[in-house]
Order: sequence, then structure tokens, then C-alpha cells
Amino acid sequence: MDLKLKIWRQAGPDAEGKFVHYPVHNISQDASFLEMMDILNEELVANGEEPVAFDHDCREGICGMCSLFINGYPHGPDDSITTCQLHMRKFKDGETIVIEPWRAKPFPIIKDLMVDRSAFDEIIQAGGYVSINTGGVPDANAIPIKKEHADLAMDAAACIGCGACVAACKNASAMLFVSAKVSQFALLPQGKIEAKLRVENMVAKMDDLGFGNCTNTYACEAECPKDISIANIARMNREFLVAKLS
Amino acid sequence: MSVMYSSITKKIWMSLMGLFLMIFLVVHLGINLLLLFDSTRELYNVVAHFMGTNPVIQIFQWVLFLGFAIHIVLGVLLQIQNWIARPKGYKVKATSEDSFFSKYMIHTGIIIFVFLGIHFLNFFFRVKIFHDIPDFILDGVNTGMEDMGIVVIELFKIPGYVVGYIIALLILGFHLDHAFQSAFQSLGLNHEKYTPFIKGLGHIYSIVISLGYIVIPLVIYFTK
Repeated sequence: MDLKLKIWRQAGPDAEGKFVHYPVHNISQDASFLEMMDILNEELVANGEEPVAFDHDCREGICGMCSLFINGYPHGPDDSITTCQLHMRKFKDGETIVIEPWRAKPFPIIKDLMVDRSAFDEIIQAGGYVSINTGGVPDANAIPIKKEHADLAMDAAACIGCGACVAACKNASAMLFVSAKVSQFALLPQGKIEAKLRVENMVAKMDDLGFGNCTNTYACEAECPKDISIANIARMNREFLVAKLS
Repeated sequence: MSVMYSSITKKIWMSLMGLFLMIFLVVHLGINLLLLFDSTRELYNVVAHFMGTNPVIQIFQWVLFLGFAIHIVLGVLLQIQNWIARPKGYKVKATSEDSFFSKYMIHTGIIIFVFLGIHFLNFFFRVKIFHDIPDFILDGVNTGMEDMGIVVIELFKIPGYVVGYIIALLILGFHLDHAFQSAFQSLGLNHEKYTPFIKGLGHIYSIVISLGYIVIPLVIYFTK
């Protein structure tokens, strides 16, 4: 495959950025998107140019490190996958592919396509701790947990914190991420002890960091590589309302 | 103070006021439809007079204005924060929105706000401030009530006004289509079983309200 890439290049956080055109040739349809980026970077390095900086780590779709806003979609045009799991067969020969970084005020660009997502870490930290009493090892079955709740908590915990929800949202809202993190604890008895304080602190931190407000467009759910449901956002709204009223 | 200013608190107020205004729209439509069922305009004028003079309604009208004010001010505030949250947009715009009308709530909202202003000038201010509504004369007897019905009918005989009114009401319908289910989601009312029903009901509500209001000028323009 031959492709025309339009990639956002920005030397540093405060530098002026611009789109640069790169043609790439002889790309296998079986190559992953990031492998295609690797091939481009090898060519750039061989020509003495600065390679394109982009985030990646496990390349197995589980770490949440890769990002990229590809042709208007976070993690590219395929459903329920991260960019590292995107393959070139999803594109047509000769296609122009526009590659942009996540755009949100709380996600400042570090370089090229890399953004600083430590805002998410700050929200997690604001959530505080989960009470685990010291003592003997408790019996695994001592705390009854409804199967449905365990499943929903696990679904919420599948969030890998990649930031695609923020990138997809027209308001750069982090509600899907924060609600998944609130839900994974709020649904389980062990997490209920600090539930009220947790939701209040996490929402306050989310607002402080400058994420936008949720307007229920549900773009986040449509683009989430882990299919986190917007039912989590409703749950967080409930948790928040109850916490503030009680 | 965070309770006053958090994003979720603003959204909850936004949805509560939105739902309140949606109930008001049903009442208003019910009254407007009276014009179609009584050629003497008596029914409509009696209800309009009641709404304009009943002490409880007079107090409640300020609650309604407050509802409008909270909904509008918070809507604008939330939107400004949302614009600030993404100072630089994408070259290729995101196309993944599930709910089409949700993308244009501020735009449809502004148009509805302008329509509301015109609506006030044409009706509310004329009754409450300008006092230039003709008296309602029924069977040769002055009833002592304003003839609001004739004011509506005269306006709906102007083609430009009818077209503008229809466009405004269609846009209100688009606004409501997203608003209905969104209000429930913001209040945390999302349920596997009931949410599809609420979404369906929202579509029906927005169509009935929008078309319900639109039918009135069309009937008046073409028959009276």
C-alpha cells in the first residue's frame, strides 16, 4: 500500500506545531498502524530527520499507552480497539491519513503526537484509598457480592485510562474515565466505605484540571477501546448527588 | 462551595430546569390548541385571561422565568467551559457522536432564546406592559377580557411570521429530542430496561410538541 500521511509535528510543549506531509510506500496490509509509523520513522532517521514522537508500550491493546487521533477517530476507524491493534487493511491504497494528537487543555502536547495524560493520575490520586483492615486473611466468601455487581465492576475496571473518551468528546470531558474509576469501587462492598468522599474528590479534581462538562453526546462510549458504558456516567451522577445530599 | 460549582451539579440543575420547562411546553400547547376547537375564541380567551390574572399563576410565572434563567445561564456557562477545555480543535472533526442533535444544543438554544424574545414582544409584553390588546367582544357584549385569540390569528396570517414560527418550532423539536433523554442521564437515571423506553418517549415527545405547535399557524393561515 502507498499512503499519504499528514502528521502533526510540534517540537515541544510551547513550540508552534504544523501538519507535515509524508508519503509512505510498500506498506503491508498486515502491518499494524504503529508498525507503519515505525517504518516511517526508520526512513526519517535514515534521512537524518527527526522521527515522529508517539506513545506506545505493550502493543497488545491492554496498557492504554498508545493514542493518536486518526482521520477523526481516536484509535482510528475500527471499533473497540486501541491504535496498536489497528491494522492497515482498514485503509485504502493511496488514502490520505490525518494523524493528530489528543486535543484537550488538560492533556498538553509533549512532542508531536505525545500528550501528557498525568491529569488522569491526579484524578486517581484524588480518589484516595480503599479501607482494608489489617489482620488475618479473610475468607474469600466472607463478603457476599452479587454476581451482576461483580461483573459491572469488572466491566468498569476494564478502563485502561488511554484518554480516547476525552479525545472523542466535543467538550473534552473526562466523565467516562472518571465514572469508570468511581464505579469499579462503588459497585463493590469494599469500595462503598469511602464511596461518597471518593466521588466528591474525583469530580472536584476533574473540574479543577479543566476537563469539559458532559453533554451526553455519547461519543466517548462509541470510541472507547474497552467499550466502557455511559451507564457508568449515570452511576457517577447518582453517587455524586447522593454524596452531596447526605 | 464545590456543590454550587461542580460540573455535575450544574448538569443536574440544567436537567431539572429542562424537565420543568418541558412540562410547561405541554401546558402551553394544550392552551394553544383551544384556538382550533372554538371558532368564537371564547375558550382560548377565558384560559388566557385566567393565566394572566390568577394570583397563583402570577406567582408561578416568576418560578417559570427563574427556570428559564437558570437553564439559559448554566447552559451558556457550561458551553464556555467546554470551549475552554479544547483550545485547539482537530483538523478532521470527530464524527463519532451518537446523538446528532447533542452537538448543536448551544446553537439551537440560542435560536430558541431569540424566538422567546420575539414571543415576549408579540404577546407577553403587549398584555403586561403595552396594554394594547383589543377587548374580547362576544355576541356584541364586551367580556372585559383581552382578545388574545385575535392577536394570535392576526399574526398567523402573516406568511413570513408563519414560516419563522415553523422554523423556530422545528429547532425547538431538535433541542428537545436530545434534551429529554439527556435530562434523565444527567440525573443518573440510566437503566438497562427503562433507558430505551425513555429515549423512544423523548423522540415522541419532541415530535408531538414540535408538530403540535406547528399545526396551529398552518390551520389558521389556510382556513381563517
